[in-house]
Amino acid sequence: MDFASIKAGADRKWAELMNLSEPLIHIGMGTCGRAAGAEDVFAAVKHALKNTNLPARILRVGCIGMCYLEPMIAVRKPGRPFIYYGNLTPDKTEDLLVSYLLNNDPKPQSAICTLGEGSTNGNGSIDGIPRFSDLPMIKPQVRIALRNCGLIDPEDIDHYIARGGYSGLRKALELPPDDIIREIKESGLRGRGGAGFPTGAKWEFARKAAGRVKYIICNADEGDPGAFMDRSLLEGDPHAVLEGMVIGAYAIGAHEGYIYARAEYPLAIQRLRIALEQMRAYGLLGDNILGSAFHFNIHIKEGAGAFVCGEETALMASIEGARGMPRSRPPFPAQVGLRGKPTNINNVETFGNVSAILERGAKWYSSFGTEKSRGTKTFSLAGKVKRTGLIEVPMGIKLREIINDIGGGIPGGRQFKGVQTGGPSGGCIPASLLDLPVDYESLAKAGSIMGSGGMVVMDEGTCMVDMARYFLTFTQSESCGKCIPCRLGTRQMLDVVEDICKGNGKPEDLKLLADVSETVQKASLCGLGQTAPNPVQTTLRYFGDEYESHILEKRCAAGVCKALFHYEIDSGRCTGCMVCARKCPVGAITGEKKQLHIIDQKKCTKCRTCYDACKFGAVGICTEGMKIENGDAHN
Amino acid sequence: MGQVTLQPDYTDVASEENHLLDKLRNEFEGRPDDLIPMLQYVQKTLGYLPEGILLEISRLTSLPAARVFGVVTFYAQFRLKPIGKYTVKLCRGTACHVNASAQILEDVCSYLNVEPGETTKDGLFTLEIVACFGSCALAPVVVIDESVYGLMNSSKTRKLLDGLRKEQREETSQHP
Repeated sequence: MDFASIKAGADRKWAELMNLSEPLIHIGMGTCGRAAGAEDVFAAVKHALKNTNLPARILRVGCIGMCYLEPMIAVRKPGRPFIYYGNLTPDKTEDLLVSYLLNNDPKPQSAICTLGEGSTNGNGSIDGIPRFSDLPMIKPQVRIALRNCGLIDPEDIDHYIARGGYSGLRKALELPPDDIIREIKESGLRGRGGAGFPTGAKWEFARKAAGRVKYIICNADEGDPGAFMDRSLLEGDPHAVLEGMVIGAYAIGAHEGYIYARAEYPLAIQRLRIALEQMRAYGLLGDNILGSAFHFNIHIKEGAGAFVCGEETALMASIEGARGMPRSRPPFPAQVGLRGKPTNINNVETFGNVSAILERGAKWYSSFGTEKSRGTKTFSLAGKVKRTGLIEVPMGIKLREIINDIGGGIPGGRQFKGVQTGGPSGGCIPASLLDLPVDYESLAKAGSIMGSGGMVVMDEGTCMVDMARYFLTFTQSESCGKCIPCRLGTRQMLDVVEDICKGNGKPEDLKLLADVSETVQKASLCGLGQTAPNPVQTTLRYFGDEYESHILEKRCAAGVCKALFHYEIDSGRCTGCMVCARKCPVGAITGEKKQLHIIDQKKCTKCRTCYDACKFGAVGICTEGMKIENGDAHN
Repeated sequence: MGQVTLQPDYTDVASEENHLLDKLRNEFEGRPDDLIPMLQYVQKTLGYLPEGILLEISRLTSLPAARVFGVVTFYAQFRLKPIGKYTVKLCRGTACHVNASAQILEDVCSYLNVEPGETTKDGLFTLEIVACFGSCALAPVVVIDESVYGLMNSSKTRKLLDGLRKEQREETSQHP
């Protein structure tokens, strides 16, 4: 089958979907949606349609990025735009469907936004409901890698093709490989896995490497805790990544490719398998791709739970069936890679951008972003922020815009303390740097890294010494043990930070931490060790006062390090409602009705249940001789 | 096809495992890079990796048993002990940590009276910790078998576990 007739068929199918004579209902069925209860909502939709005897088409889509509103559905009546509803329960879902489909009341106060034009009133709006693109969370965003996420059925290749997919590949196959590499170079695309190496240059190395057998690998081992961009992209639009991979293979001259995906992402792997089958059926994979002389195949390799396998040489060792241990470079994978052959490795999002660049051109792509960091970057926004989700922003955007405008700021009226980017390899950036532009160089200068795109926001309830301990616990247990600086250095740093958290810290520990950090950074074999000290160094640099209060005053102001604080009930606020005593799992709280309650410090496990349960803010966090903070009074 | 030739040492291996050995012989070529997929296949079927099968895999791939064992213990996914009926996985990702997942872990450990990696005495629950599930927007996250539960806390987690325990009791009382 030639591409023109594939495209024509896909266009017909898409047009039919766009002009359905019955309502169309989208349900977000990514991992996030499912975790929030999308399966029950799906059942409720089917139930409501059956009860009302209304015909409607249901489409399971990927994540549209507003994860905090999951589970979500979008309902479109013929000739009208989609209306999105979120935070649904099965009952609420049935209510809304009956109201809109049967009684024509879209309940604007329950709706989130509208999307699409709709033909009846032409401007795509419905009174009282904002448009998707006007939402504060969406407005600053530019969706390139995520262009189709949440808008198409990821298990239907025709949807992807109808929206421009594989046009870039078709174009690429008519060009000499060197022209494709030039196009990618001109686009300014840099590796989205975190290190930011220019993609075009990387491809050129692999292309120029001697040898007939070459490999291309897609690194889908998204290991950074706090990052889920690659998962969402693979779940929501797998073809965008696979198309980029075929283009890359053609450009460097590879005929075999591997996707190395985390075993923790079963849905992404399932969607990839379906996508590969569909590609084969359309002649987009295998021999003579789209009638050209080019042949290429893709295999899926499931990871087995080792963070270090995100490092390219470790990843290749893992594909070969060995322990995932890195080796020293040079030789670089472009010369000596998988099975000793020249190999090119790119991240999921990088490939997702490649397919867009080939479709729409380098010039268009490079119009986004900054001088040195072109294009857009996806981030998973999580932690103490009102609107958590998957976002894509032009490079150069300020952290403040991401956290306050897109994320809506900190919930519960609490104070922003810092933002962590780049996972265990990155750092904690303080409030004073909120105007920092998000690009590779600026983040590196601040001591952090772009990383793959995890962005975890922290408020005053986060202890920065505990954050350093958290990341060191992670890197220490994930260190593969091959080189001594990383194996022993992370252990030593963790010991020191644990002592500080337990109240056994000494003033000279800070110097020791700084020294060991530097050694681990300079002497480790691979990126895991070289960047493992970043969380320690940035917290020392920006939150040094917290280390000092832990060491000198034995105080943890955030109320996280259990040895350094206790809970007390404020006699002025306690109403004797007995809620805390009932909820305490260890029976540490005593008191009569309408009398002051008391916490038995010997029994208390500091689980925070009473602090969270008290409606009057009477439970307070106290340190030696000092009261720091009471809970929020909430009724 | 279908013929099982057992080594003398493996005569005590249960029939399910025999069937599995067949599959391993027939569906994998036994190249070194089949090692991890073979281990994953066994674990998916049995829930863990019995020693006898590891030795058989070593023979099929012509890799030394030490190398097979090295790979098994390197990757967090692989288990050398049988698991409980339900696997409870607690996410310890950054977003979950900021949202107090350490407390949930502590509570679940004391509630089930196990440490991460262990199985309860009644064989019902195996507790595991996972670096990150990538469902950070719904932190903290608990996963039981394949079902993901978001926005969790200690009491919600207990309720989930209690529910499964109750289900189990009812099942055993119906089919004693």
